[in-house]
Amino acid sequence: MEKRVLFKSTWLPWLLLAPQFCIITVFFFWPAGQALLQSFQLQDPFGLSTEWVGLDNFKALFSDSGYLESFKTTAVFSTLVATIGIGVSLMLAVLADRIIKGALFYRTLLIVPYAVAPAVAGVLWIFMFSPSLGIVSYWLAQSIGFQTDYLLNSNHAMGLIVSAAVWKQVSYNFLFFVAGLQSIPKSLIEAAAIDGAGPWKRFTSIQFPLLSPTTFFLLVINLVYAFFDTFAIIDATTHGGPGRDTSTLVYKVYYDGFKAMDLGGSAAQSVVLMVIVIALTVFQFRYVEKKVNYA
Amino acid sequence: MVERRPLLGLLVHLLLILGIVVVAFPVYLAFIASTHTAQEVAQTPMTLLPGSHFWETYKAALLGNGGGAGSNAPVGRMLWVSLVTALIIAFGKISISLLSAFAIVYFRFPFKGFFFWSIFITLMLPVEVRIGPTYQVVADLGMLNSFSGLTIPLIASATATFLFRQFFLTVPEEMLEAARMDGAGPMRFFWDILLPLSKTTIAALFVIQFIYGWNQYLWPLLATTSEDMYPVVIGIKRMIAGGEGGNEWNIVMATVILAMLPPTLVVVLMQRWFVKGLVDTEK
Repeated sequence: MEKRVLFKSTWLPWLLLAPQFCIITVFFFWPAGQALLQSFQLQDPFGLSTEWVGLDNFKALFSDSGYLESFKTTAVFSTLVATIGIGVSLMLAVLADRIIKGALFYRTLLIVPYAVAPAVAGVLWIFMFSPSLGIVSYWLAQSIGFQTDYLLNSNHAMGLIVSAAVWKQVSYNFLFFVAGLQSIPKSLIEAAAIDGAGPWKRFTSIQFPLLSPTTFFLLVINLVYAFFDTFAIIDATTHGGPGRDTSTLVYKVYYDGFKAMDLGGSAAQSVVLMVIVIALTVFQFRYVEKKVNYA
Repeated sequence: MVERRPLLGLLVHLLLILGIVVVAFPVYLAFIASTHTAQEVAQTPMTLLPGSHFWETYKAALLGNGGGAGSNAPVGRMLWVSLVTALIIAFGKISISLLSAFAIVYFRFPFKGFFFWSIFITLMLPVEVRIGPTYQVVADLGMLNSFSGLTIPLIASATATFLFRQFFLTVPEEMLEAARMDGAGPMRFFWDILLPLSKTTIAALFVIQFIYGWNQYLWPLLATTSEDMYPVVIGIKRMIAGGEGGNEWNIVMATVILAMLPPTLVVVLMQRWFVKGLVDTEK
């Protein structure tokens, strides 16, 4: 789509583009290019010498059991965050869609977690689930005798970061589902009701199928969220532990690059991550946008 | 609602209230903890009723004279750093994107396609995947521990450009024709017609970008090493470095409340634009 009437000027468009272009060149293309370059190089920890090593960094990466392990961790973590987050918010949105009185009140309260920083959410979760003073761990221990310890038990640590990440993301998914539900024509629902379909039947045979574009879109967004934005939650709570059991791919890029000072390895990981994001984006554009569209 | 089912209606409200209680509980707990002394908070189970030490705790947090084992930097300063950072990111992104979207939509010039795609590509890669080299660039430019270092690398993405581009494409062509007939040049058209038309889009983007900027974590963690440049989110992280026992949890929780107050206010007060912005940015 293009405008028919356009301005002509030999210098103005360049001037208008200049600020953005300078910034993305220096802070986007240059670093991204460096990441690519470094992934084929080996640098000593003091940065004194650099050696061209071809694909060695990648070979080392994929033969490192720790890296493969973090792939698995990331897969488990993102799947849990995406499915639980989407499930819970879909339920809340369907409920909120049914009511007329107080809808704005519920919505206002439900969007608050969106404003909370992921790192802050992590701190809240430590406070609630700390084995020694957390009130929720106290309740769990008192009521069903369930002792939580996210510092020693990997499953508990995973549960902790998943629940914090889901809590953060519920508002986002909720708003999209509410918008999606509102765009379904009321006449469809009413026609179904006249034919005798109850609320559940209407949900499974009309609303849910018509929401599929929203759901698929949210699936991709939630996966990207679980991949990248949850770094802060992990760093504020488990530090990738116990052991490396909650160390996701992004956490490992940070840890290897800034704590273990393995620049080449970290850059190679960055490149792998870039490939994953690009694949997800392309998937979203090619597959999701085309195949799941009823509008 | 299609049919009247009072019982179902009641159940729906009950479930929603349950959902809200679960969602709001962590925030409530943080607030309660911030009104008690550190000793009271350390008792298990902690009481769930507000205490009487509200002013003391918040004063200690804001001025930084608590006695926790981690960092005790004054939160007042951190809030200022966060506010400036978030505002620079929001306004910076909006202004450079308005200009470049205007150039892309309303001008014909050589290599337009090339510029378009090179801006488009930045949408795909979040700062997290190129964190190491970005850090090196910023360090080489001597921008660590400064507002420019905290903000400019985060402005380098094109979400806003695309939103404005999409919006400009929906502006009727007659607007431009009429303006040209009245003798308005490009910049006159931009200021007097396009900008006023874009008000809601700008408001929507402002909410999204303000929160994005305020809540940044990984980047400020690397780009700031001196206490007086910590944004509040980093400040909280450094405060709990003392381990679970050594923290003054009441002060940490007061800081948590202070850190979430500005973005929450922005979201709640600008709710209408926020929802619009969220739905539009991801289209």
